[in-house]
Amino acid sequence: MSAALTYPLVPFYGFDTLWVQVAGTLCNLKCTHCFVSASPTNHNHEMLDLGTVKRYLAEALELGVKEYYFTGGEPFMNREIFEILETTLAQGPVSVLTNGLFLRPDSCRRLRQLSDASPWSLDLRISIDGWDAATNDPVRGEGTFERILQGIAHLAAFGLNPVLTVTEACAGAGSSEGRGHFLAFLRDIGLTKPRLKVMPLLRLGAEVERTRAYASWESLRGHSLTRGESAALVCSSGRMVTSKGVFVCPILIDSPEARMGETLRETDREFVLRHSACYTCHAEGLSCRT
Amino acid sequence: MPDVTTVEAGTFRRVAFLGGIYSNYLALQEALRLARARGVDALFALGDFGAFGPHPDRTVEILRDEGIPAIQGNYEESLSSAAEDCHCGYTDPRDNHFAEISYAYTRDQTTAEHKRWMGALPGHIRLRLGSRQVLLCHGSPRTINEFLWRSMTPDAFVRKLLRDHETDLVVCTHTGLHWSRFVEPGRGVVNCGALGRPANDGQTNVWFTIVEATSGGGLAGELRCEFVPVVYDHERLAREMEAERLPPEFVETIRTGHWTSCLEILPAKERAAGKY
Repeated sequence: MSAALTYPLVPFYGFDTLWVQVAGTLCNLKCTHCFVSASPTNHNHEMLDLGTVKRYLAEALELGVKEYYFTGGEPFMNREIFEILETTLAQGPVSVLTNGLFLRPDSCRRLRQLSDASPWSLDLRISIDGWDAATNDPVRGEGTFERILQGIAHLAAFGLNPVLTVTEACAGAGSSEGRGHFLAFLRDIGLTKPRLKVMPLLRLGAEVERTRAYASWESLRGHSLTRGESAALVCSSGRMVTSKGVFVCPILIDSPEARMGETLRETDREFVLRHSACYTCHAEGLSCRT
Repeated sequence: MPDVTTVEAGTFRRVAFLGGIYSNYLALQEALRLARARGVDALFALGDFGAFGPHPDRTVEILRDEGIPAIQGNYEESLSSAAEDCHCGYTDPRDNHFAEISYAYTRDQTTAEHKRWMGALPGHIRLRLGSRQVLLCHGSPRTINEFLWRSMTPDAFVRKLLRDHETDLVVCTHTGLHWSRFVEPGRGVVNCGALGRPANDGQTNVWFTIVEATSGGGLAGELRCEFVPVVYDHERLAREMEAERLPPEFVETIRTGHWTSCLEILPAKERAAGKY
């Protein structure tokens, strides 16, 4: 077949990042742009228990994994989350992707203790979708803006400095003016060293209803990737574990063809970038990494 | 794995490793004096000779006049290949803004002859310290601009690097912060830090690293790593940077020891340790 009609292959360079969907697709919120449509009732992927996570951590240790990410749904809905984080922080750096609504003072104190006890970094990534309730709440839910700010304040009170993650559902967040606006907002709420990550939207899950699905031209068909371009993609050096097995990346967990195996080792192989979301990662430079 | 030119340098007992110099020729001169006073039998420069500071040619002239073996950093790779930017690996627009100023200044002030010399440098050097194999690289053995931070380089990953690259010790720089981790006696990673700017700790001195083959015990076993503070005339450097109209933010770092740029790439622990 002509190269113009085929999809690029991304090689697998080795296990740098392990993603764990520790809360499945269960979330206390039902954000209108969520690409896995997480909600209080979405059981597509179930919670992972400590024993399951430990099995993958043991495999990750042998493979020399560099960083660990916990996501969901909402990771702090998992009742074993602190034990899971403690176990993981004994072997490497951790990022937790949270909506911030469970970050009460007792939880933040525990997180600070876990961070202090580990030589590796613990990063909390909090999602927010605007600089006020009028921009954030239509996406994340009524009253969430104030509760997110409370979570950030509780973290800050224990000396933890989160990375605020904003999607382009917040209009203009990706421009340098928008970033400046956001950083000023973060300073205003008391973060002296504000950290911000802006991410493009994925036209999957709930986002399809909010805006649109991918168009047919949003595809990597006929593209070829340099080594550097492949290396920039999460799928060239990381995998995602859910209750349904090991997937190519944290995004395509609802695409059966993206399930690559049951163990991490089985997934040490190339992947065809056939999905439209692959276009977002490549063309818009999306990286889920902190 | 990308093709990287590797040079074999021989066997030594006590070696000084010079991390990113970033045009700080005053600190480089003082580091050479300190290293020789400590009786090192070789010095190696691990790339990023230019950037940030004034008069980049002065640093290169010292390295060439002294015949110090060197590898390419991302700066030398970019300058020698006429790349459009420094490939520092930043992700934040503000960090990239300052990186662009730094790269444009260094590119314009570096002679074509020095750029050719940079292009001929190897990407890696291998040597022996006593019985141990040592691999010198700029960022990591696998990527010239990978950041190896202390809080993001767990033991399992260190072991994988040593295994994949068939060495006992990796010596790197690129982050600007010095640290070491030995996962077993004589095996680990040393980030030799930077001579170019302070270590974001509120002190104006900069650092280089000496690694020595010993027969002593301890977790470092047969290799002993020492980080050497370099106190130099930082005020003179700051004035020269001002005269060259380099950004006041860079000058502030030289005068205060606090980083004002490249902050967004810092992991949680390293960011928490600094002022900004």
